[in-house]
Amino acid sequence: MCLGIPGEIVEIRDDDSQLATVDVVGVRRVINIGLIGREALAKGDWVLVHVGFAMSKIDEAEAAATLELLSGLGQAYTDELAALAESDIT
Amino acid sequence: MRFVDEYRDAEKAQALATQIAALCEPGRQYKFMEVCGGHTHTIYKHGLEDYLPESVQLVHGPGCPVCVIPMGRVDDAIAIAQRPDVIMTTFGDMMRVPGGNGSFFDAKAAGADIRMVYSPLDALKIARQNPDRRVVFMGIGFETTAPSTAMTVLRAAAEGLGNFSVFCNHVTIIPAIKAILDSPDLRLDGFLGPGHVSTVIGCRPYEFIARDYGKPLVCAGFEPLDILQSVYLLLKQLADGRCEVENQYTRVVPWDGNLRALDAIGRVMRLRPYFEWRGLGFINDSALQMRDEYATFDAERIFAIPGVRVADPKSCQCGEVLKGVLKPWECKVFGTACTPETPIGTCMVSSEGACAAYYNFGRFSRSRVKEATRV
Ligand code: SF4
Repeated sequence: MCLGIPGEIVEIRDDDSQLATVDVVGVRRVINIGLIGREALAKGDWVLVHVGFAMSKIDEAEAAATLELLSGLGQAYTDELAALAESDIT
Repeated sequence: MRFVDEYRDAEKAQALATQIAALCEPGRQYKFMEVCGGHTHTIYKHGLEDYLPESVQLVHGPGCPVCVIPMGRVDDAIAIAQRPDVIMTTFGDMMRVPGGNGSFFDAKAAGADIRMVYSPLDALKIARQNPDRRVVFMGIGFETTAPSTAMTVLRAAAEGLGNFSVFCNHVTIIPAIKAILDSPDLRLDGFLGPGHVSTVIGCRPYEFIARDYGKPLVCAGFEPLDILQSVYLLLKQLADGRCEVENQYTRVVPWDGNLRALDAIGRVMRLRPYFEWRGLGFINDSALQMRDEYATFDAERIFAIPGVRVADPKSCQCGEVLKGVLKPWECKVFGTACTPETPIGTCMVSSEGACAAYYNFGRFSRSRVKEATRV
């Protein structure tokens, strides 16, 4: 739950829903970007996602390092990813 | 993965280990607390203690939100969940946390409608889909997750959803650090500041630790090299006679934090006068509750909650582990009666708990690199 998972923004909704689609290791999920703000984000940006919300913007190197760190967690990471894959907030 | 090597390079780690050793005053012992469970995890996983001289000790702090939820709150949540009109939702990590009368898993097996969610927004969706049921989200976590709960409540309010509420158990990191600083049990020389909490609160709230308590703090990232570098920065401050808050994790943590997140928390929640932490007891102003303006989304006001206090099991030494007084393997039931499959204490439940981290990794990594790096 405390794990922030890096996701790459693939689409930002063009309305005031504060929603965006991210790609997290091949899984596409809708997340809320209200804590960063739509104007501060663009397609291709990487964000750290905590429980369905983008919490901070990171660069690609940080995203890669974090993903690698997370995958080393084993079950905890698998569970978190499975939970994310199930998540459907729209 | 060339990016990763940047933070993993064994040569760099050894170079840092040498610099760290050179900074240590002969005959002096150093104790640094890593506040965050994520750091504990990295430390055990990579056997980082073995890169440090004997005189530098890392001790675990209270920064695992699942670990600090007291038994009574689990029982309260289960009491709500057992109402036939309620759907209780919570993060997967909470499911196995033992209360006085079993865990969420036990309550679910006995018929309560308890659902695991990834995000509070999933809980909101369940509320929309089940207008005839009352959907409660058990909010747990430090400032890392509190903004998400707050944003979800704001959304529920905007939508006028009448059947959604939050059982708020969010805690705040600063009072916990202060309680540890004020506790006579432990003499610390400095802190590795939590990474993700600090993305929200920034570095400023830690300044009192340097100013009033004379202890340096370095906000640290989660990679092995981040942690070694942060230990180096702490020792460097001590060697230079400085005492400051430093930010090693600038690539993620802004000095001022995330203002939108702080604003969301502030709009929806306020400090509780006091809150019980498992193992640490009652700490003043250490948790969040819903503001009066959002009373209709506050499960504590909607439902009659037993609010009983349940003492921790006698055999459980989580309090000492959370304060850094005991190492996990020093607890009498560690690895025998208490394992991740059958946890007695909370530190064994979450992957960020010190006991679980040590159980899963520590035993294999300790001493692995001792010979190679000893200087
Ligand atoms: S081994 Fe179990 S009971 Fe002992 S401190 Fe760890 S979690 Fe608590």
